[in-house]
Amino acid sequence: MERIPILKMGDLLLVTIQVDMHDQLALALQDDLTNRISAEHARGVLIDISSLEMVDSFIGRMISHIAAMARILDAETVVTGMRPSVAITLVELGLALEGVHTALNVERGMELLRRNVRTLARSAPRARR
Amino acid sequence: MPASSPDPIAPMLDRRFDAILQDWIKRQTMAATARSDRIDEKELAGECREFLGAFRRGLASGESADIAKTGWSEITDFLSRISRSRAQKGFSPSETATFVFSLKEPLFGALRAEIANDPERLAVEVWRVTALLDKLGLYTTEVFLRSREEIILRQQKELLELSTPVVKLWEGILALPLVGTLDSARTQVVMESLLQRIVDTGSVIAIIDITGVPTVDTLVAQHLLKTVAATRLMGADCIISGIRPQIAQTIVHLGVDLSAVTTKASLADAFAAALERTGGSLTFGGAPHAGTSPA
Repeated sequence: MERIPILKMGDLLLVTIQVDMHDQLALALQDDLTNRISAEHARGVLIDISSLEMVDSFIGRMISHIAAMARILDAETVVTGMRPSVAITLVELGLALEGVHTALNVERGMELLRRNVRTLARSAPRARR
Repeated sequence: MPASSPDPIAPMLDRRFDAILQDWIKRQTMAATARSDRIDEKELAGECREFLGAFRRGLASGESADIAKTGWSEITDFLSRISRSRAQKGFSPSETATFVFSLKEPLFGALRAEIANDPERLAVEVWRVTALLDKLGLYTTEVFLRSREEIILRQQKELLELSTPVVKLWEGILALPLVGTLDSARTQVVMESLLQRIVDTGSVIAIIDITGVPTVDTLVAQHLLKTVAATRLMGADCIISGIRPQIAQTIVHLGVDLSAVTTKASLADAFAAALERTGGSLTFGGAPHAGTSPA
């Protein structure tokens, strides 16, 4: 079965979706990603969907679920490169992806993720004290 | 009456064509509603002759029941032409329809003279002609309305295109000054052009200025929130500016929750906030807005 590759970059995970998402693939990604976050102790996840041309309510929900799961596993999620048509569809479906960070492209997404992870790392020990 | 039977009015029209025509033209020019300022007598006479000729041929085709049939295409084409040209000349639709209705009087006069000895048949024929002329008269109104609707639709489309400019204010900052009411169709256009420009320019902040939006009701607010949500999904931030005091009051009274959106009173404030966020700054000697001081 085909799978979407998950790349590791330091304490971040990078997922680029370059094929049309179908439900089975989305579920597999959800599985793989949560396993990898937990195995690699990842602090951030970047999902690039710039080649995704179509979404339905299932894929939209899956993205927000992945973000929620990552948060529980203490990792931030950034979704990057969403196309205008996809954004409009998601809004019309009522899926505003609350709680998911977004960025215009991978570069900006990385920047955002690094910044957030760093501030988290800095504030975490202080919170414990 | 079977539609295929030869129409008894047609031969009568043949015999009395000129008399009816003269009578009709005379009545129209004498009528109180005559618009000699808009159309001269010669042109009117030409139109009357053409109409009466086409009317006769339509009757002769034997399809007197339905003016949508091919036998009447000549006269309906002619009426479409007349209706359009009269609309341009400034005739009201009822004046154009009266042109057709005014044929009744001379035509009934001729019918009366023709079959005076058979009141039964006279009544039947008068009714038939009335029904027919009514249909033709209403047809002119229909054409008039249709041409008006075409104009309105075209203008609506033009307005829609004109009313959604997305301007680049600064590197990474877009502004969308909205003018006029926001309905669903416009929101769609606004959203599409804004999102596309965000991709094209790589902007991180979009300022939606609603100074020109006359009223904000729940629907408009909903549309605004949708646009903001879509912008956020793309990875850019939205600031709504130009909120007038009355609109702020309405929004709160309606119970619309704008707390998730950055809002500013004026475009200048929004621009200053956007600059601050993108890391740029503006310095003016004695600038009126404190927010524009270097970050």
